[in-house]
Amino acid sequence: MIKFVLMVNRQGQTRLSRYYHSVELSRRAALEADVVRYCLSRKKDQCSFVEYKDFKVVYRQYAALYIVVGITDSENELSIYELVHNFVEVLDKYFSRVSELDIMFNLDRVHIILDEMIQNGHIVETNKSRILAPLTAIDKMVES
Amino acid sequence: MSDVVEKTLTALPSLLSLDSHPGSAKLSSTSKLGNLIRGITELTSKHEEEKLIQHELLAIKEQVSSPNTTMMKELMVRSIYCEMLGYEASFSYIHAIKLAQQGTVLEKRVGYLAVSLFLNESHELLLLLVNTVLKDLQSTNLIEVCMALTVVSQMFPKDMIPAILPLVEEKLNHPKEIIRRKAVLALYKFYLIAPNQVQHIHNKFRKALCDKDPGVMTASLHIYLQMIQENPDAYKDLTPSFVTILKQVVGGKLPMDFNYHTVPAPWLQIQLLRILALLGKNDQSTSEVMYEVLDESLRRAEMNHNITYAILYECVKCIYTIHPKSDLLEKAAKCIGNFVLSPKINLKYLGLKALTYVVQQDPKLALQHQMTIIECLDHPDLIIKRETLELLFRITNAQNVTVIVEKMLEFLCISEDDHTTIDLVGKVAELAEKYPLKYNEWFIETMNTVFSLGGDMMQPDIPNSFLKLLSEGFDSVEEDRKLKLFAVNSYVPLLRGEPGKLPQRFLQVISWVLGEYSHLREDLEPAEVLSLLAKLLDMKNSSSETKSWVLMAMTKLCKGGTDASVTQEVSETYSSSLDTVLRQRAHELQYLSQDPELRARVLPRGSCGNFAFVSEALAAGAAPYKPPHQRQEELDQSKALSLEPYGLSLPISMSSCSITDRQSPTLLSMSSGLSGDTLKLDGVKRVWGREGYLAQREPVEEAAQVEVPSPIQSPGRQGEGDSLHSQTPTQTPTPEPEQEKQQLASSLFVGLASQSSVSLMGKSEPTPQRFRRKAKGQGPGSSFNASEQISSSLISPPSAVDNLLCNNLLDSNNASELAEQTSQLSQRLTTANGTCHTEAELTEPDTKGCNPALRRDNCVVAADPGPHDDPGRLTEVCLDSYLPAELSGLSHSEIAPLCANQSLNLSACHVQKEDSLILVVFIINSSESAIQQMLPAGEMTSHSVAVGQYSLTVKRPAVHVEVVGTVSYQLPAGTSQSLQFSYKVPLTSFIRPFVVSTEEYGTMWLSFSHDTKQNLTLINDNQEPLTATLNALKKKLQLHVVEVIGMEGIVACRLLQDLPCLMHCRVNAGWLAVWLRSPVPDLPDCLIYHCQRALQSL
Repeated sequence: MIKFVLMVNRQGQTRLSRYYHSVELSRRAALEADVVRYCLSRKKDQCSFVEYKDFKVVYRQYAALYIVVGITDSENELSIYELVHNFVEVLDKYFSRVSELDIMFNLDRVHIILDEMIQNGHIVETNKSRILAPLTAIDKMVES
Repeated sequence: MSDVVEKTLTALPSLLSLDSHPGSAKLSSTSKLGNLIRGITELTSKHEEEKLIQHELLAIKEQVSSPNTTMMKELMVRSIYCEMLGYEASFSYIHAIKLAQQGTVLEKRVGYLAVSLFLNESHELLLLLVNTVLKDLQSTNLIEVCMALTVVSQMFPKDMIPAILPLVEEKLNHPKEIIRRKAVLALYKFYLIAPNQVQHIHNKFRKALCDKDPGVMTASLHIYLQMIQENPDAYKDLTPSFVTILKQVVGGKLPMDFNYHTVPAPWLQIQLLRILALLGKNDQSTSEVMYEVLDESLRRAEMNHNITYAILYECVKCIYTIHPKSDLLEKAAKCIGNFVLSPKINLKYLGLKALTYVVQQDPKLALQHQMTIIECLDHPDLIIKRETLELLFRITNAQNVTVIVEKMLEFLCISEDDHTTIDLVGKVAELAEKYPLKYNEWFIETMNTVFSLGGDMMQPDIPNSFLKLLSEGFDSVEEDRKLKLFAVNSYVPLLRGEPGKLPQRFLQVISWVLGEYSHLREDLEPAEVLSLLAKLLDMKNSSSETKSWVLMAMTKLCKGGTDASVTQEVSETYSSSLDTVLRQRAHELQYLSQDPELRARVLPRGSCGNFAFVSEALAAGAAPYKPPHQRQEELDQSKALSLEPYGLSLPISMSSCSITDRQSPTLLSMSSGLSGDTLKLDGVKRVWGREGYLAQREPVEEAAQVEVPSPIQSPGRQGEGDSLHSQTPTQTPTPEPEQEKQQLASSLFVGLASQSSVSLMGKSEPTPQRFRRKAKGQGPGSSFNASEQISSSLISPPSAVDNLLCNNLLDSNNASELAEQTSQLSQRLTTANGTCHTEAELTEPDTKGCNPALRRDNCVVAADPGPHDDPGRLTEVCLDSYLPAELSGLSHSEIAPLCANQSLNLSACHVQKEDSLILVVFIINSSESAIQQMLPAGEMTSHSVAVGQYSLTVKRPAVHVEVVGTVSYQLPAGTSQSLQFSYKVPLTSFIRPFVVSTEEYGTMWLSFSHDTKQNLTLINDNQEPLTATLNALKKKLQLHVVEVIGMEGIVACRLLQDLPCLMHCRVNAGWLAVWLRSPVPDLPDCLIYHCQRALQSL
C-alpha cells in the first residue's frame, strides 16, 4: 500500500504532498524533512529504495525534482518505482514538457491527475489517456 | 521521455527569475498565487517561510470572508500551499465545501480537491458535503458525476453511505466506462469503511469483474483482493476467471493504450498475481489451475525493463506461495538468480527480498547464491546490507548463528537509524535466546553487546526474557552455575569502568544479576558489589526505575556488619525520596539489613537456583509465555498496576508477600523470591531455546514427563537430528579465489543442506519445544479416560454411552396386571435450544421413536405404589421415592411438573453425578387403564410411574440447555398420541471441578483459543476478598481453585464430559478481573454469565 507521495526539490522544499493515511499536519513537515534528507543524501549509484522507520521509501530523481513515495513493506518496490515514472510521463503529456514551475503553478491540476492514479493508497489507473480524460474534459468546458 | 523531462527541469533555475516560462504564463505575474509561489521559491530559511506563510494566511482569511470574492479557486490553491508547508488553514475548510457546492466545473473540482486534502475521514465538516455529492451524482453533467464519485471513493462519512448507495449502484449500469469504473471504486471505498453496508451487492461486484471494459474489471479487482485476503475460501470458484484474465493480459489482448513501455498493463498483472497467490495458498487443486498461466507469465516477462522485473518478482512470490510445482519452482529460482546477479542495484535489492521470502520455504536456494550473498553483505549501500541480514536471519541455524549474529552486531555499530537498531537488536536477542547452547560465554557477551547498543530504545521484553533465561538456567547445575558466574564476571568490570555510559536497561539487568548471583563468585566481597551498586545510585543520569532495581539488589546483598555503613547511608538518603517507589525500597533495605533473620526468610539465598519460577509465577496468576508482541501488551498492563506502591493489592505492613511479589521492580513474572525449594522441573525448562539445548537433556527424564507421546520430536530423535547436522559436510568448495569469503560462506551456510532435505514446502523451523506438555486436556488417553470409564460403567451397557448419551432407563412395574387394551408408549428426546445441541445423536429422535435404538438399558424398580395409589396425590414428595436407587443418595433439583394430559403426567428433575448429568423423567399414568409402551415393549398399568433416566452432555454450550422430548404412546382405544415436553437445565449443572496442577494449567492455558475477559464484583465480607469470592464461586458453580497467590487466583473447571475451561482472576482496583479461556467457543462467555449471576445472588 502507498502511504504518501511527495514531490520535493533539491533544496528539500516540498512541491506537492499527498497522504493516504492520516498524518497530523503538525507531524508532516518533520516527516517530509526527514525522508527528504535521507533521500538527498544518497548517491546516484545507490539503491532507490530505502527504509524509513516502519515503512519503505521509493524515490526517483528528475533533474532537481525528487518524487518520493512511502510504501508498506508488502508493496512491490520496483512497480512503484515505475509508477512514479508513469506519473511523470502523464504530467509530461499534459503539460507538454513538464517543469517544476508547471507543477507549482498548477498544483491543483497535478493533484487532480494524481487522484486519478492513486486512491486510498492503491493504484487505480495507469492508462495515460484515461488518467487525463476527466481533466481535459474540465479544461475544455472552462475554455468554451 | 525522461531525458526530455530532465533537460527541461535542469533549465529551471534560470527560468525562475524570468517568469517567462509557458507554465507560469498561464497566470499573470501579478496574481496573488504568482506572488506566493515566487515568495516560496525565494525562501532561504525556515524563519522567512514562517513569516511569509503567516502573512499569506492573514491575507487569505481576509479575502475569503468577503462576500463577493471571485477568486475563490485561487484562494483555495493558496490555502493548499499553506497547509502543504505545514501551516493550518482551518478557516478555509468551510469555504472549500462551499466551493464544491457552488462553483463552476473547475472550481467545483478544486473545491472537492481541497476538501479531500484538508479534511480527514472523520472530520465533522464532511457531513456538509453529503448534499453536494448527492446533487452531483444526479447531475446530467458527466464531469460532475465523475467528480462526485471521485471524492466519494476518497472519503465519505460512514453513516451517510445509505443516502447515496442507491445512486452509486445505479451508476454501475452507466453506459460510460469511466462512470462505471468510478462507481466500482466508490463501492470499494464503502467496502473498506463499512463492509456490511455493501454485503447485498456482491453479485454486482461479479458483474463488474466481467465488465467488457478492462478498466472497470481492473477496478473491481481491488474489492476482490481485499475480500480474498479476508476469506480466500469464499472465492475459490473465481480462480479460473482470474486465470483467464491474466492469460488475456499477458497475451496482449488489451488495447494498446494499456501498455506501459510495450508491457501490457503491468500493474494489473501484479494485482492478478497477488490475488492468485492468495487463492492458491495451501490449496493444491486451485493451484493446479494457475500453473500454466504462471509459466506463461515467467516466459513472457523476458524483456529487459524494470517493470518486467517487477512482474517477475510478483510471479516468483506467487509460485512460492501456492502449492509447489517442481518445474515452476526451478524456473522461479533461476529467475531470482537473474535478479540477484544483476548489476543494477534496484534489481539486486528486489532479488534479495525475493530470496528472503523463498528461503523460508526452501533454504537450499540460499546455497546457490551464497557468494552473491556474501558480496551483498559487504556492499557499500547499507540498504543492501540490511536486506542481506534479513535474509541471513531467516536461514539461521544452530551452526551458523554465531557468524550471523556477529554480522548483525557489526551492522548495528554503524547503523544510525533508531528503527533499524530496535529491529536488529530484537532479532539478535531472538537468535541468541534461540540457540544459547554450548555458547554460554557467547550468549552473555552477545547479550551484553545487545544491551549496550540497543540502549533504552530496545523492546523492554528483551531484558526480561534474558533474565528469565538466566534465572531458569540449564539442567546441569554446573553449567548453570557457570553461565551465571560468567554473567557476574562480565558485569563487575563494566561497573568498575564507566557505568555512566551504559544504558539504563543494561544497568537494571546488571543490578538484578549481581543481586541474585554475585555470591557465586567467591572472591567477590558483597561489600564491594554494594559499593559498586551504590555508585550507580549517585550517578546523575540514573533513572528512578534503575535506582529501584539497584536498591532491590542491595537489599538482597546486604548482610549487616561491614556493609552496614553503605546500606545505612543509602537507605537514609532514599527513605525521604519524593519517589514513593524508591522510598519503599529504601525502607525495605533499611529494615531487612537490620534484621538478618527476616531477610533470610523473605529473600532466601536458594532462590537463585530456583527452577520453579515459571510455575510459581503461573500459580500467582502470571500469564504464561507469549510471543513478544503479546507479552508486551500485558507487561504494560501489569507494570501500570504493580508499580502502584500503596495500591489495594499491597498490605501496608511489610509482609513477606509484598516483598517477594515485588522482587524485581518491574514485577516480571520471573520473581524469584518465593521460597519454593523443590525443583519443579516440569514444564519450566522448555522455555529455553530450541534445537540444541533440548538435545542436552536427559532422555530418561523427558520420557518420564511425557506420558502421552507428543507429536513433537522425541529427545532421542532430536539428538539424531543434531548429529545429522554436525555430520553434514559443508558444501563442495567452488573454485573461488577469495578464500576469506569462501570461509565465511561455509560458516554462514552450514547446516542448510541438511535442513533442506525436508520437503520443499516444509518449514525449516523446528517445532518450538516450549510448550511440550504431558497430557492434553481434551486428547484421547488423557486423564479423562478414567472418568469416562467410570461413567460408562455406571450406566450400562457401556456401548450406549459411546454413541448415545441418552440412556433410557425406562421402567414399568406391575407388568403382571392384565389389561384388555394396551396403550403404547415411546419416548423421544431432542433439544429445542437453537444455539445448543444436546449431543448430535439426540437430533435423530424420529428414528428413535419408531425403532428399537432407544435401548432399554436398565430397569429400575419403582417404589411400591401401595402408599401412593391415589394418582391425584402423587406429589413431588412422592416422586422422590421413585428416584432410581443409585441416584437417590445424590442431590437432585426440584422435581418439576413438565406437562400433562388426561392420561399422562410428566415430571422431571436432574441429578448431578460426579461425571455426568442425569435427567430423570417421571411418566405417570394418570388414566384408569394400562398403556403399552412401544419401546421397549412393555405395559404400564394404571396409576403407575415409569422413570426414564438420561445422561446428558453438552456439545455446544449455551447459558441454558433446553432438552425437548416427546412421549408417544397408544391409548387403549388404539389411537397414537404424543406428549411433548421441554426441560431447561442451566449450564452450571454440567460444570464439574477440574483438578489440575498449576503447571498443567499453565500449559493448557496457552493452547486454548477462545477467551473472554470481564470484571466481576468482589465479595467484601470479613474474609480476604479474593478468597471469599473464589470460595463463593467454587460453592455455586463447582469450580476447582487450583491456586491462590497474593492477589491472583487460578481456577479450573470442565464441562461434561471433558471440555476444560480455565479461569484466571486478579483483584484489580476493587474488582475481580476475570479472564476465561477454553478450547470450546462460547463456553467462556456462558460461564462468565453464570459467575456474574452467582455473585449477584449472594
